[in-house]
Amino acid sequence: MDEGAQFHRVFPLTGADCDVWVDGRRLKARRGQSLLSLLLEHGGRVRTHERTGEPRAGFCLMGACQDCWVWLSPTQRGRACTTPVEPGMRCFTRSPEAEVLP
Amino acid sequence: MKRVAIVGAGPAGIAAADLLVGRAGISVTLIDEGQQPGGQIFRQPHPGLATDMKRLLGAGHARLERFRALCSNVLPQLDYRPRTLVWNVFGGELMTLGERGVDSLSYDALLIATGATDRVLPVEGWTMPGVYTLGGAQILLKEQGCLIGRQVVFCGASPLLYLAALQYHRAGGAVAAVLDTTPIAAKVKAIPRLLALPGVLKDGLSYMAALRLAGVPIVGGVTLDAFVGEGRAAEVRYRAGGQAHAVACDAVAYGFGLRPEMQLAELADCALRYDSFRRQWYPDHDGDGRCGHGVYVAGDVAQMGGAEAAGHSGRLAALSILADFGLEAPASPEPDRAALARQLTFQDGLGHAFAWPAAHVAGLADEVMLCRCEGVSVGEVRRGLRSDGGPQEANRAKAATRCGMGRCQGRFCGSALAELVAAETGADGVARPLDRLRAQPPIKPLPISAVAGEPLA
Repeated sequence: MDEGAQFHRVFPLTGADCDVWVDGRRLKARRGQSLLSLLLEHGGRVRTHERTGEPRAGFCLMGACQDCWVWLSPTQRGRACTTPVEPGMRCFTRSPEAEVLP
Repeated sequence: MKRVAIVGAGPAGIAAADLLVGRAGISVTLIDEGQQPGGQIFRQPHPGLATDMKRLLGAGHARLERFRALCSNVLPQLDYRPRTLVWNVFGGELMTLGERGVDSLSYDALLIATGATDRVLPVEGWTMPGVYTLGGAQILLKEQGCLIGRQVVFCGASPLLYLAALQYHRAGGAVAAVLDTTPIAAKVKAIPRLLALPGVLKDGLSYMAALRLAGVPIVGGVTLDAFVGEGRAAEVRYRAGGQAHAVACDAVAYGFGLRPEMQLAELADCALRYDSFRRQWYPDHDGDGRCGHGVYVAGDVAQMGGAEAAGHSGRLAALSILADFGLEAPASPEPDRAALARQLTFQDGLGHAFAWPAAHVAGLADEVMLCRCEGVSVGEVRRGLRSDGGPQEANRAKAATRCGMGRCQGRFCGSALAELVAAETGADGVARPLDRLRAQPPIKPLPISAVAGEPLA
């Protein structure tokens, strides 16, 4: 179903290594890549659609469709495709609020 | 001192800036959402990525190099604000959100060079992971150095089908097939117009030849039936010559040409013009980019033309701005007008060779998703339109069904919604134009703190 990466890197990243936490899981990233490329080089989906429950993994890849929407902090959401990774970045593909609610 | 605000650092915005910088009595501010100049067409690798752009772009690499040289000359001479969104324009003032937080900028002249994004139509399964826009597939490769999959089907109606497929092939990806929805006969008919730019036509034909040589199946005149898979794209089903076919893949790139990103032009009160051939709306201008009351447009937002045309129309808009300020023009507009006209004749040919499949929407099953943001199906909208006293216009249908009310603000369902409303209400899209979802600020989602005027944390 969801196993395996969707994106496949063909040109190498040369930026410095950094750690990024996605849903509490640590991923090795390189400066210069977008959060979306990090997510989809490690998996086959970005999030689950709020209404239909179907998996989503971005669509336009140029900051227009908002399909790759993730939480960048408990109060701020943004597009993974136009967000460059930063050292120590934490992102959530589900509402961080939902994690603490019963 | 007159301030010119340019929105968009693609080929149109940069060409305009080049004619405006360094002139007495003018200051130029260039605002762009991207990290680097280039817009979508000249999207450049992020710093920290070793992309072999020369291998990727082939003959197109020289154009990118020329653009880069222009940027390194022009950008230091103006107030350049990358990674900044213009989210509204009102009363001669732009509202922006960028790295420095919330800001506003007043202008004497506003040049809107916001380009275009992929024009798509729903196909069963189009919301599945692994299905991407054609332009997006190309941008991921150029900017991020990644492929959308290992075995990709390129489909739809766009000259980009062949270029993007060839770039994927050059980068080491497998192209499972190119499925072109326009029949070959339409392409043959387009040749007289395409001969306006014989060199570009030859390039396009050479992409097709290179793909055939590489053994890539190319099928013309197809009808796209479905993108199929268990939670991610695994197969494209289509019909050709009355037969049903399927091709296996792990990703799909598709599109049906481009649509102008004209929300700002609309909010700046530009009159709009309906193009009954392309069946979409554009900001209206006098041919040299003038929309009136200090607002100008250039590039793909003004008329579909591609990068070369955008450069000429950017220069024409800059010359219009200088003339309207009563300043001396550094050049005659005539050479750019003539070059732009040739480009637009060619684009007209491309519009026939890669035709908008207007009838596709009427043939969609009720279960197909129409609005991917809000999860509204074709059937939900159809039933709304057919119900007693139901909406008979796209903006009313949006209010009643939430189709087009999500985060993309109708960018990716708006064309299909307009075609669906036309099909259900008997409009032909020619004598009676298609409906158009009205632009609303903010033109992209932003944190509430931006509207409240609070600085971002």
